Amino acid sequence: MHTSMCRKVLMALTGLILVLFVMGHMLGNLLIFAGADAINAYAYKLHSMPKVLLNGIRLILLASVVVHIWMAVLLTIENKKAKPKANSKKAVKTTYAAQTMRMSGVILLSFIIFHILHFTVRVIPTMEYNDPVVFLNETNSPNSVALVQGGVPVLKNGQAVDTFNVYDMLVSGFKNPLVSFFYLLSTGLLCLHLAHGISSLFQTLGLRNRYWKGMLDKIALFYGLIVFIGFASIPVATLTGYLEPSNPSSDDQEVSFAPSNFTFEQLEN
Amino acid sequence: MKLKLKIWRQDDKDSQGLFKNYSLENVSKDASFLEMLDSLNEQLIAKDEVPVSFDHDCREGICGMCSMTINGEPHGPEKATTTCQLHMRHFKDGETITIEPWRARAFPVLKDLVTDRSAFDSIMQAGGFITARTGSAVDANEIPIPKEIADEAMDAAACIGCGACVAACPNASAMLFTGAKVSHLNKLPQGKAEKERRSLLMVEAMEDAGFGGCTNVGACEAVCPKSISLDVIAHLNRDFHTSSIKKILNF
Amino acid sequence: MNLDPKIPEGPLSEKWSKHKFNMRLVNPANRRKYHVIVVGSGLAGSSAAASLAEQGYNVSCFCYQDSPRRAHSIAAQGGINASKNYQNDGDSIQRLFYDTIKGGDYRSREANVYRLAEVSSNIIDQCVAQGVPFAREYGGLLANRSFGGAQVSRTFYARGQTGQQLLLGAYSSLNRQIGLGKVTMHTRHEMLDLVIIDGHAKGIITRNLVTGAITSHAADCVVLTTGGYGNVFYLSTNAQGCNVTATYRAFKKGAGFANPCYTQIHPTCIPVHGEDQSKLTLMSESLRNDGRVWVPKSKDIAEKIRAGHLDPNSVAEEDRDYYLERKYPSFGNLAPRDISSRSAKEVCDEGRGVASTGLGVFLDFRDAIQREGEQDIRERYGNLFEMYNRITGEDPYQTPMMIFPAVHYTMGGLWVDYNLQSSIPGLFVGGEANFSDHGANRLGASALMQGLADGYFVLPYTIGNYLGELGVSAAGSVSLSDPAFAKTEKLVRERLNQLLAIKGNRSPRSFHKELGQIIWDYCGMARSQSGLQEAIAKIDELKHEFWTNLRLNGRLDNLNPELERAGRVADFIEFGQLMCRDALMREESCGGHFRVEHQTDEGEALRNDQEYSFVGVWEYKEDAKPVLHKEVLNFENVQLATRSYK
Ligand SMILES: Cc1cc2nc3c(=O)[nH]c(=O)nc-3n(C[C@H](O)[C@H](O)[C@H](O)COP(=O)(O)OP(=O)(O)OC[C@H]3O[C@@H](n4cnc5c(N)ncnc54)[C@H](O)[C@@H]3O)c2cc1C
Ligand code: HEM
Ligand code: HEM
Ligand code: SF4
Ligand code: F3S
Ligand code: FES
Repeated sequence: MHTSMCRKVLMALTGLILVLFVMGHMLGNLLIFAGADAINAYAYKLHSMPKVLLNGIRLILLASVVVHIWMAVLLTIENKKAKPKANSKKAVKTTYAAQTMRMSGVILLSFIIFHILHFTVRVIPTMEYNDPVVFLNETNSPNSVALVQGGVPVLKNGQAVDTFNVYDMLVSGFKNPLVSFFYLLSTGLLCLHLAHGISSLFQTLGLRNRYWKGMLDKIALFYGLIVFIGFASIPVATLTGYLEPSNPSSDDQEVSFAPSNFTFEQLEN
Repeated sequence: MKLKLKIWRQDDKDSQGLFKNYSLENVSKDASFLEMLDSLNEQLIAKDEVPVSFDHDCREGICGMCSMTINGEPHGPEKATTTCQLHMRHFKDGETITIEPWRARAFPVLKDLVTDRSAFDSIMQAGGFITARTGSAVDANEIPIPKEIADEAMDAAACIGCGACVAACPNASAMLFTGAKVSHLNKLPQGKAEKERRSLLMVEAMEDAGFGGCTNVGACEAVCPKSISLDVIAHLNRDFHTSSIKKILNF
Repeated sequence: MNLDPKIPEGPLSEKWSKHKFNMRLVNPANRRKYHVIVVGSGLAGSSAAASLAEQGYNVSCFCYQDSPRRAHSIAAQGGINASKNYQNDGDSIQRLFYDTIKGGDYRSREANVYRLAEVSSNIIDQCVAQGVPFAREYGGLLANRSFGGAQVSRTFYARGQTGQQLLLGAYSSLNRQIGLGKVTMHTRHEMLDLVIIDGHAKGIITRNLVTGAITSHAADCVVLTTGGYGNVFYLSTNAQGCNVTATYRAFKKGAGFANPCYTQIHPTCIPVHGEDQSKLTLMSESLRNDGRVWVPKSKDIAEKIRAGHLDPNSVAEEDRDYYLERKYPSFGNLAPRDISSRSAKEVCDEGRGVASTGLGVFLDFRDAIQREGEQDIRERYGNLFEMYNRITGEDPYQTPMMIFPAVHYTMGGLWVDYNLQSSIPGLFVGGEANFSDHGANRLGASALMQGLADGYFVLPYTIGNYLGELGVSAAGSVSLSDPAFAKTEKLVRERLNQLLAIKGNRSPRSFHKELGQIIWDYCGMARSQSGLQEAIAKIDELKHEFWTNLRLNGRLDNLNPELERAGRVADFIEFGQLMCRDALMREESCGGHFRVEHQTDEGEALRNDQEYSFVGVWEYKEDAKPVLHKEVLNFENVQLATRSYK
């Protein structure tokens, strides 16, 4: 059995999927700077993809995260066994990023859980957004009006859909400095994780050599920084007041939550 | 110079080890690290104590026998240097030096600083060779080998099998060693025929021997006395993956 | 003692092939019934063990290191000779043969040397096939260099690591056989005695260096490839564990020891730095291609340099004595090893040596750097300069390098016939451990060649012949229950316990150091009758002191490096005396053996072909002096001439 090798390849491949995802995700998120309509339209588009496709992608992502972490945990356990006693003195010999992969990974995991609860499942009780919201798509045809009520997407052209005012959700979410701080920290660690991870991925797949290593290390760091700046810009812009809710909520309005028993199946009915 | 030494003492494989403190005076700056330990041992003998056991042989950085972690760094602080080539001029007067054996499950401690590295031999036995029966070889110039390839193979072949890479790796992984061996042989035209078998078998032997998996930390490269590059690990990965795929698909 | 060299009949160039044809063959199906013990895993041992196993014999291989790959062959830097004539500069088997005979100062056996030259080519083929990454030209063909003053470029090399790469080649073949179960490898095992049954070598006694277990091993024959005895000098270029124990104990069991006084002193080693020094490091001789050797003309200047009051670079040209260029104008700094070593000793004896100890001469690259530019010199010798810098802390680009001779190779060894069989039937000896093919002096890059020739191409045939002669019925018939094993084992154990029981005041190392000093002073580069007699007496005293005042701590049944050292030192002490006796007996100067009484008016070595053209073979006598036997050397194909390097 070539256990450690298999595990490493799985980590690298799932890592690769996540790497590509975060870039796409970041670019999509940056639409927020193009205005509420742009990002809402984008979210709407995503959500109006066929369910199979959307859930398929989600499944791949979920599987990637799970497998990536699972392999990380198994490797860590085995590797701890291979090294029962560490050197009594620590002599730092490699980059900070390489040494902190496990730490940055674990914090990323907690971030991802929080994040999904926050924006996908929407159970974190800090969100405020207005409803009903009506927005237009690019064609500006009144036909493509969607209605969101109480955080629950209801109708689009008379049909049930699962989209709502993403713009306000984000902005109101990041108005909470604690939440923003956690996002900043996590995206920072993501940068660190990627700065080593991307170069490392090529090494694991056997696609790196000494002539490319320097370049790859730089690309990885660059990629990580771009991802960091891209993601971080949103909470920062919110905290500094650059981004404001599209329909400022009045204080007297009730906070709405997505019902936690909400499922996709409900929508399909 | 004067030194304080904190040395790992362990009577045999099965006993519990511990650090013991010693102090040593009149150490010459020109002495090598092992010569410093020799003089400690002379003193211990004079005091009727059991001298510190450590592995060493050539004392010129080529046999790969010497193996100790000095202040947390396998082979000590100098780059591309074995312990036997390390000289005391790189230490400060009055310094405390911590000396311990290689730490890895696959390298059990036999006594004091001496470890059992036969796991490396078992990796080699699995496939670290080119099958060439004595007397069956063609003329040496029959197969020209481009200088670049020969040089790359030589870079990898420079590994002295000391095990510092394993000792430095937080996972006690033997990927740098195995990678060096595999790259050396797989790069040469003579080694191509057995390339796939070799890559698979040597990795299998490595895992069976109880080494950890590589997570690309890179500490191994940093301590390697022969500056073996992480390239060899990538090369091993590549050859291993292609071999596995071919094997799975039955090519 | 039977010293029949068993040289086959016929013309020189046909002897080996005819001999191979006449040898007995063992049926492949019967080969696995035979068991062969190979002690040593250096070039000679690994290659022999692997080749024998490939042929189908059952092999057990032993070494004292933790892996067969660590045998001291690994340290050879320079290269390996072969008469390939790839450079088209007129090399041939005949020329390599002639150069080796001449290099050995006409004290080696023609037939053996010819065979060595003959198989040299196959060695390179074999090594390349195994994946030895020899240096190559851009066109992909093998590169060569000329080495040790040879007139042709016949040396193959792998960066500064030729020995390691060749050994890894042999080790990989050995590994393959270990993996296949044909060879059983015993690492960290030291051979402590030979077992003889009915006059034949049939086994060995070893100590497991980790557990201390003393065990017997039986076989149909025994091969010793345990390397050289240079550590008798304490300071040498050998590894710490190199020993004479295996061969000396075989000597005590009746094997003849040939030419023990023939030792080679290498001229370019890094000088001694002080009391704690445990080892001398060799630097490649190639440095002499560009470096100029000198010492100050006057003692005063030398003294100032030694004390550190004068920068050697500021010594004026007319105050420098480039003594090699002065004395040997045609070879200059490239004069052969023994000559340049002896010259260095002479100038140091005159008080003109440099280095803090006064034991060192300059090897100066100033002129070469001026001529070729630092970049060029860096490309050529960068790694050697780095190594020098690492050891001495000095920068040879700025301050001239210092060098001094050190013991490097031992030409003497157990006597063997053409089949590499010692005077004990069934005991074969290969590599540096036998007295072999180098006569009184070895050419650079030919020890590696000889080790591999013995292991790959000679021993597998001649051992097959011996086993064939024993007959299949005898195969594997030796049993550990033979009383010879128990008896020898008991003696070995007693001796070790005796060492532990002395409980005196001196460490094994201190005895080794003292012995080394005696040998270096009296049996080193220049030897004299009175000096040798004095040394023999001193060693007697040392031996007595050793056996009454040794202190060992630790146990027998545990890893105990000091016990190992003590055992080796005990043998070195006795052996050192044998060496001095041999040097005293040889009333001539030849090769590495220089007797001050025998030199020309110009101070050159003076051979005595009339009376000393023989191999001096010593036989051990219990409680008496060893007895000398002679194997007379006949030269039919070369004309004996005086070496001249003027
Ligand atoms: C620094 C240096 C540089 C050299 N450079 C060159 C060069 O450039 N070219 C060249 O041709 N030659 C060179 N030589 C000489 C050459 O390397 C050696 O002569 C040759 O390698 C010896 O090989 P060997 O197999 O006989 O012995 P070794 O390689 O010394 O092997 C001896 C083996 O015997 C084992 N052994 C010894 N004693 C015992 C025992 N009692 N019990 C069990 N096992 C034992 C050891 O473990 C080891 O495995 C050099 C030598 C030195 C020291
Ligand atoms: C969620 C929790 C995560 C954990 C616990 C985790 C943990 C790890 C660990 C321990 C490694 C091994 C280090 C190495 O092999 O170099 C690693 C590698 C890697 N991670 Fe993560 N990680 C996590 C999330 C992520 C995410 C979100 C991404 C991408 C966006 C990612 C991308 C990578 C990449 C590309 C590698 C390199 C793979 C390789 O070396 O082959 N990881 N991760
Ligand atoms: C400021 C930064 C970020 C913002 C604004 C943001 C925004 C969002 C939003 C709005 C969603 C919900 C999409 C939907 O259900 O329609 C989402 C989902 C998700 N985000 Fe983020 N995100 C950010 C950072 C990250 C980071 C750094 C990661 C990964 C490490 C990440 C991983 C995910 C994942 C895995 C999902 C779930 C995808 C799904 O539901 O299909 N996000 N993000
Ligand atoms: S790769 Fe380097 S550190 Fe590892 S065994 Fe080889 S020489 Fe030693
Ligand atoms: S330090 Fe260890 S994790 Fe890999 S890169 Fe080196 S083997
Ligand atoms: S003792 Fe041989 S490498 Fe250090």
